Amino acid sequence: MHAARRAAGWSAVLGAALVAVVVLSAGIGPVPVPAETVLKAILEAVVVPTFAGGDFAWRHPFSFSLQQSHRAIVMSVRLPRILLGALVGFALAAAGAVMQGFFRNPMADPSIVGVSSGAAVGAVLSIVAPAVLPFGFGLETTAFAGALVTAFGVYAIATESGKTPVATLLLAGVAVQTFLGAITSFLLLNAGESMREVVYWLMGHLDNAGWDDFVPVAGVPVLPLFVLACFAVLLAYARDLNVLLLGEEEAAGLGIEVERTKQLLLAISALITGAAVAVSGVIGFVGLIVPHVLRLVVGPDHRVLLPTSALAGSAFLVAADTAARSGPQELPVGIVTAAVGAPFFLFLLRKRRVHEL
Amino acid sequence: MSDQPVLSVSDLSVDLGDTEVLDGVDLTVERGELVGLVGPNGAGKTTLLRAARGTLTPDAGQVLVDGDPVASLSAKAVGRRVATVPQDTSVSFAFSVREIVEMGRTPHVPRFGAMEAADHDAVTRAMERTEVVEFAGRSITEISGGERSRVLLARALAQETPLLLLDEPTASLDPNHRLRTFETVSELVREGRSAVAAIHDLDTAARYCDRIVVVAGGGVIANGPPESVLTTPTLRRAFDVDTVVTDDPITDRPRVTVLPEDAAAAGGPDIPSVDRVHVVAGGGRAGPLLARLSRAGVETTVGPVAAGDSDATVADALEMDTVAVGALDGVDSAALDRVGELAAAAGAVVVADVDLTSGLVPVLDRVSESGKPVYCVEERSLAERTVSQAAAERYRALRGEEGVAASAPELLEALA
Repeated sequence: MHAARRAAGWSAVLGAALVAVVVLSAGIGPVPVPAETVLKAILEAVVVPTFAGGDFAWRHPFSFSLQQSHRAIVMSVRLPRILLGALVGFALAAAGAVMQGFFRNPMADPSIVGVSSGAAVGAVLSIVAPAVLPFGFGLETTAFAGALVTAFGVYAIATESGKTPVATLLLAGVAVQTFLGAITSFLLLNAGESMREVVYWLMGHLDNAGWDDFVPVAGVPVLPLFVLACFAVLLAYARDLNVLLLGEEEAAGLGIEVERTKQLLLAISALITGAAVAVSGVIGFVGLIVPHVLRLVVGPDHRVLLPTSALAGSAFLVAADTAARSGPQELPVGIVTAAVGAPFFLFLLRKRRVHEL
Repeated sequence: MSDQPVLSVSDLSVDLGDTEVLDGVDLTVERGELVGLVGPNGAGKTTLLRAARGTLTPDAGQVLVDGDPVASLSAKAVGRRVATVPQDTSVSFAFSVREIVEMGRTPHVPRFGAMEAADHDAVTRAMERTEVVEFAGRSITEISGGERSRVLLARALAQETPLLLLDEPTASLDPNHRLRTFETVSELVREGRSAVAAIHDLDTAARYCDRIVVVAGGGVIANGPPESVLTTPTLRRAFDVDTVVTDDPITDRPRVTVLPEDAAAAGGPDIPSVDRVHVVAGGGRAGPLLARLSRAGVETTVGPVAAGDSDATVADALEMDTVAVGALDGVDSAALDRVGELAAAAGAVVVADVDLTSGLVPVLDRVSESGKPVYCVEERSLAERTVSQAAAERYRALRGEEGVAASAPELLEALA
């Protein structure tokens, strides 16, 4: 009750901040667009179902007179990128919060079980040697597949007679990441012409994002629905995650099916992280620093921490990407998140007790 | 509720790695019983508790909780029947005390439901009972170790289970918190719950437990009420120490004193040259002396001493030949003759730091007649000890300057 109220209150605040960041970001660029125009353009896209005379139809209740160029810049160029950034930040921060709780370790991040490294191998392979991949899989598909295969592999390596000690999982993750890093480097050496493309992907980027990146199937954007569905499952396990923080033995005594819960949390985190990495490359630090900062602000209760981290991750990545694309030279957003995030993290490390969850 | 035992462990064997921790252990806990598990470190007490709540799968044997095999129950179902107060009380996450206690309701709250009024009531009751309400809003990381252990007890109470498992719940607590924890637990047990507690402190176990189970060498070596279990032979077998078990005059429960390992016993320089002494004891003054002599391997006889005197209890516990007399009867001639015989059979006679009463006069006479060297232990001044002038005179005549020791260890040196 109390937790639900706190979650709702914080989420409202951070949700409002996210909307503000999105609107401001959509106005920033080579052609500045006033915030009011951005809002109007967004409102125009809002649809409501109607049943006029028994006929079902989608209607646009809002219509404003806007400059066609402004409308096109906001809706076709900037908003897809911004919303994709919001989605990726949401996914990474949520997965990061879960992984930090799961490993009872504040230095855990969504890639800890090798998800990003696996995605990187998949992505680089599809750039460097698309011919070896079956069925003409695209980059996103191979990256996503690489992420899941790696996560499952690490889990399988660390599991013995039905138990998966988190310490083993952590070490197996580190070893597999190192191994996959070697493969990526080897592929990189032989990348030839596509070297620049590979490096760019590895740094994490959101440029050239379009509505297609939301994986529309029959007009329905699958990616956001997928991320939200994963997030809903994680949220349903927020209480279990709290109890797991007390240690697995204790959690089991308090009625948590520990191994099953761990499997599920790991699987969902891998799915949500894999989806994010597949569309945006390896964007570091969002999943590490955002949950961490939020924990200092809202406390360790995952019922509050999870939604607030996700929303803050969204806002943070949108803001970082806005900075990445509005400098004299467009940068991969991964550079910005790391360049801003790491010093801030060090500041917290010196200032406050970051070593505690 | 049914009549079946709350916990029934039969023929339980557990291997951890290559070592067999438990081998064929049986344990039954009835409703309304507080059972203490005692035993040396590494004897498998914690393992037994883990098996009892199903977080460890035994290699053989069965654990029934409320009549059902714990292995067949879901974690949630077990969590509604068994609550645990853990040994390690460090919690490093800044949850508030109330949040920690609320976690005790985890097995009762459905995944997609919130805590209901009944859950909040259980949490409040548990916090009141353990007196943690006053710091309910503070972070678990900020409170003291004693407070934290009460919070974890509250969490276990909030689970509202018929069975409570406590793993060294008071190991790191001061006497006040130790007392409060066990008072709370025994109150719950009187109300019909059951508890199994692994306890290091034998006196605490004796004081609060209805039954004590001694676990050692992978099995149960004794099981019964404290008086019948806490005995010198059993404790020797379990812990490999010599002990004296006396009745605590205040709690009327057994009190266990572990005898010190002497340098003499370990073959040090103080091996006494006499191998048999007779000790004139009484008034509870000679206990440590008798224990030292026993550790040093000196055959010791004692007397006369009043039955019920703690010196008699100690001598008894150490299986020493004792001349006991009724407290009000005084020392009769048969007793005096026996003292004379024992003194004559000994290599030396030791007069402990006893009160010099008129009853002592004939005893000192007999000692003197035996012609054996006499050693005296004088912890108090003669003036303090003098009750009868006649006895004091007799004592002075008997005591040679060289044979006077100020303490039991000094006496052993003198004997060497």
